[in-house]
Amino acid sequence: MRRKTSRLLRGIALLSTLALGATACGGSEDGSDQKAVSASDVQAALKKGGTVTVWAWEPTLKSVAADFEKKYPKVKINLVSERSGDKHYTALSNAISAEKGVPDVAQVEYFALGQYALTKGLTDLAPYGADKLASKYSPGPWNAVTEDKAVYGLPMDAGPMALYYNKKVFDKHKVAVPTTWDEYVEAARKLHKADPKVYIANDAGDAGFTTSMLWQAGSRPYQVDGTNVKVDFADAGAKKYTATWQKLIDEKLLAPINGWTDDWYKGLGDGTIATLASGAWMPANFVTGVPNASGDWRAAPMPAWTKGDKASAENGGSSLALPALGKNKELAYAFVDYANAGDGVQARVKQGAFPATTAELQDPEFQSTKFDYFGGQEANKIFADSAANVADDWSYLPFQQYANSIFNDTVGKAYVSGTTLEQGLKAWQDASVKYGNEQGFTVEK
Amino acid sequence: MSTPVTTDSPSVPARPAGPVRSTPRLRGPRRPHSAGRPKRSVLLTVLTSLVVLYTVVPLIWLVINATKTQAGLADSSGLWFSDDFALWSNIRDTFTYDDGVFTRWLLNTLLYVVLGAGGATFLAVLGGYALAKFDFPGKRGIFAVVIGAVAVPGTALAVPTFLMFSKMGLTDTPWAVIIPSLVSPFGLYLMWVFATEAIPTELLEAARIDGAGEARTFFTVALPLLSPGIVTVLLFTTVATWNNYFLPLIMLKDSDWYPLTLGLSVWNSQAETIGGDVIFNLVITGSLLTIVPLIAAFLLLQKYWQSGLAAGSVKE
Repeated sequence: MRRKTSRLLRGIALLSTLALGATACGGSEDGSDQKAVSASDVQAALKKGGTVTVWAWEPTLKSVAADFEKKYPKVKINLVSERSGDKHYTALSNAISAEKGVPDVAQVEYFALGQYALTKGLTDLAPYGADKLASKYSPGPWNAVTEDKAVYGLPMDAGPMALYYNKKVFDKHKVAVPTTWDEYVEAARKLHKADPKVYIANDAGDAGFTTSMLWQAGSRPYQVDGTNVKVDFADAGAKKYTATWQKLIDEKLLAPINGWTDDWYKGLGDGTIATLASGAWMPANFVTGVPNASGDWRAAPMPAWTKGDKASAENGGSSLALPALGKNKELAYAFVDYANAGDGVQARVKQGAFPATTAELQDPEFQSTKFDYFGGQEANKIFADSAANVADDWSYLPFQQYANSIFNDTVGKAYVSGTTLEQGLKAWQDASVKYGNEQGFTVEK
Repeated sequence: MSTPVTTDSPSVPARPAGPVRSTPRLRGPRRPHSAGRPKRSVLLTVLTSLVVLYTVVPLIWLVINATKTQAGLADSSGLWFSDDFALWSNIRDTFTYDDGVFTRWLLNTLLYVVLGAGGATFLAVLGGYALAKFDFPGKRGIFAVVIGAVAVPGTALAVPTFLMFSKMGLTDTPWAVIIPSLVSPFGLYLMWVFATEAIPTELLEAARIDGAGEARTFFTVALPLLSPGIVTVLLFTTVATWNNYFLPLIMLKDSDWYPLTLGLSVWNSQAETIGGDVIFNLVITGSLLTIVPLIAAFLLLQKYWQSGLAAGSVKE
């Protein structure tokens, strides 16, 4: 999902995190030993006041922090760093391994949670009462932050997938918007034939996208039980996905553009990229990143693997977690609870964030919001539907961050050379298994 | 074939085989018949032009694209102007975006340059002078260490440096950027070579005989002679500190202490963030503004560092 940067550094950071897991367990014991923290403890902490350092890049948190400080004048929220992705995790891992400068609250994407949770880098929030919040959240995000009975963070946003399409391009070439992936391949051929400059989508190899597609296709490549891990890309769901996507690659129907680059924003604007299967958070990026195509785009449900099937998947999304070495835990929890389960949610949704909470998703006002960018479409209905149809039995690897970093060296080859997606996934599986075993996991294929 | 080739004969092959002249000239009448198409210089011109293009095109791109809005950037070709001319509003937005944090980053960069590059130059001058003009045991060892240090990329030292500073509790403070910047092995080496050539030992001896102390000799006799070298080193360290990215990246977390390089990369990565504000136009304008002081420094110090670079190259 993001460009790969400073792989070396990340490797070092990851190694040190994992090493820390082996040496610093004493710092935070298993959830069972943690004593319960009552609501009155939290209230007392709020009265007493203090500073909470938050490392997060979510832009809407700025106003939430201001609101929170207004409500609890003795508490200061020190919101640090607009860094995102790799750089954020590098800094977080560095701080944890140096045992210095660890934030009280950190934004952690769902795919990276497992890594920090497993190395005891995060506080189990269940004793704080987070385990009673399950019904508040839609299934995908809630499953992502929980493991057995432990809750490693509160879901901040969600990315139920939808298909964004450039209506102008589809209308111009009189192509119907695909409702199944077979129709999608058909539409890709028609569009590219009508105008060789038009591609159905951009894909140059993106781990986040591929795993989300596998998720939707019913594949469950990762099975995680503590340190016992299984990696298997050979199930029926994965076969469905590779067969279809291989057609698009073979017939050169995908634009070789990396996501999140200026080329990408340009391609979304000028009609080069006709569709985008992505998370429900995408509208905000459309508005600021592709202002010139306002009115051209629409949202539609994800194409189905078999006609009528409504299965969806998550793409992206992140939580707020409490690093085990952070201080002011009660205050930190109060803030996270406020931002992700309390009044903060409404404030963030108003600024364009996509909620992980069912109350907001089902709110008629939310559902009937008209998106000017999508020509007045009430797109949230599609997103909310998608959120409800996300299967909740997906898991990421406890070293997903590393796995994603080698995606381009393995699966990515399918996009540039003679290997197939299936072979690429096999190579990715082998490399993941090897790495996992080296790190002390018991990994089978 | 060993007959000397007469250059005015049109039938002679263009490339004579065998030694031709005993006294080499800078430019000889080697192929007068091909004066209309000097083969070598065409190639050279083409190559030089390519290099010029390679260097200048990004700069032109930067200037042109700093005049566009975010929408204009996507709509227009990279090497020509868009319909909207937004340079002034871009500059204004760059300085006002996010409560004017760009100004803060600019001041941080200046701080790092003044203390880091200035300090590095000062230390390099002292060290280089001492190594050039004083004899003491272990000098060869120091030479080896300095040459070795030039060869070690700063990137390789970044993680150990981070851990060390972390132990000292200095990470996430400006000191974590300034202190490592104080060390410039290359600057030291340059000053050493320069001082060896630029300061006649006789002059120092004369000063000592006249009763000047070491400090006074250094400041009144040696320093003025070293000034071209000092400017050169200052320029090198300034550029290195101004452009430093990796060190602040791992040392700093608090964006209040970011230098411009890091700040701009944060702005750029907003485009990679869910819900992030995409501001490529401000990143581009900010980059343009960032290189202006460096260009100014080069132009102002040009005459010093040019003479400085050539010093010591010719034995008089």
